[in-house]
Amino acid sequence: MPAPEAVQARFREGDRVAVRNAYPLGHVRTPFYARGKRGVVERLCGFYPNPEELAYARPGLPKEPLYRVRFRQSDLWPDYSGAPRDTVDIEIYQHWLEGAP
Amino acid sequence: MPEANLDPRRSHHDMGGLPAGPVEASEHDYALWEKRVDAILSLLFKKGLMTVDEMRRNIESLGPDAYDRMSYYERWIEAAARTMIERGFVTVDELGRKMAEVQSRADAGA
Amino acid sequence: MSLKRHDHVHESSTPYRHPPRPDLDDALTHHKAMEIALRELLIEKGVFTADDVRRQVEDMDSRSPAQGARVVAKAWTDPAYKKLLLTDGGEACAAAGFERGPYKLIVVENTADTHNVVVCTLCSCYPRWLLGLPPDWYKSRAYRSRLVREPRAVLREFGTEIPNHVTVRVHDSTADMRYLVLPQRPPATEGWDEERLAALVTRDAMIGVSVPCAA
Repeated sequence: MPAPEAVQARFREGDRVAVRNAYPLGHVRTPFYARGKRGVVERLCGFYPNPEELAYARPGLPKEPLYRVRFRQSDLWPDYSGAPRDTVDIEIYQHWLEGAP
Repeated sequence: MPEANLDPRRSHHDMGGLPAGPVEASEHDYALWEKRVDAILSLLFKKGLMTVDEMRRNIESLGPDAYDRMSYYERWIEAAARTMIERGFVTVDELGRKMAEVQSRADAGA
Repeated sequence: MSLKRHDHVHESSTPYRHPPRPDLDDALTHHKAMEIALRELLIEKGVFTADDVRRQVEDMDSRSPAQGARVVAKAWTDPAYKKLLLTDGGEACAAAGFERGPYKLIVVENTADTHNVVVCTLCSCYPRWLLGLPPDWYKSRAYRSRLVREPRAVLREFGTEIPNHVTVRVHDSTADMRYLVLPQRPPATEGWDEERLAALVTRDAMIGVSVPCAA
């Protein structure tokens, strides 16, 4: 059986998710400020090769789901002084996300 | 938090949320050499000879000092050269010799 | 707009340079030599030609925020186009006669209760095929560090005050998407044609650090 072209999407719009609290080295596109934080899936952007692998001239396959996750500013920064509904939307690859009830 | 940027888990380029000074809305017209750096990269990406991900990795691993000292396009040309060496399109020796040749031409007032 | 120029200690990761500098003006630096050397080597090896490089420079030179401005003006005057722009940014660019672009374009709409602003905290991702090269400040340490943390303060530095009842959404362009802010059409522009409207749309408004006004 040929390998799947893409990893199956585990999440959908509206799902509550948490960014894993991991700190590997190498080329990572999940920003430090988002690690360990909780947000809501804003959309599934599509399926893309893993940049962590592409960075080493490897194919990064199978393609992986990429989501935009919306975080409340007040959940990112304890002393956020803007408006309570202010948000940051970040594109995050599925392998960085866990379901958060 | 002032200590946040000393966190060994945070890579130097990964600066979202760190304190910094005012945003200076200064701009500069790109010099021709900078546009050529951009052009070289674009051509290499379009031809599939390297990926932007390899470039980013090479920029990220320049080290904090070099990252801050170098200008945007200095970082990109250095990352491009490193990537081309990794990919085997040029050797370290070839690059060194050619750069020396370029320098001699300049010294000779070319 | 408060433009801060020479009088600050420069904390940006891009050192301040006096604009514009002719290429022959300065001595050959290590990195300029690297650019020349790498280019000549790759040409010698047949990877590309000198002509390819020249054409690529010209291509980038031809791209400017005016392209994005036309897309915005079209969306302001044509509700069906606006709907397309918000659901499929690339398709909308193509429909306006521009390149679809190598990345998916997400267009975020400013409304009476939401203001959007874009950054790439990790590097400098930007919809270059549509808007041309990004400004230095977009790539600076100060912008990349602070916009996600205190967007309203950063916007204030650009002379843009967003009232508290309006939600500020920051978009961090971390992966394969690129972003364009669709600003609100300014009041008192009824009956204006696309060209006149496009002239109101600045690059900074399409990044989200300012809002257009019918001056």
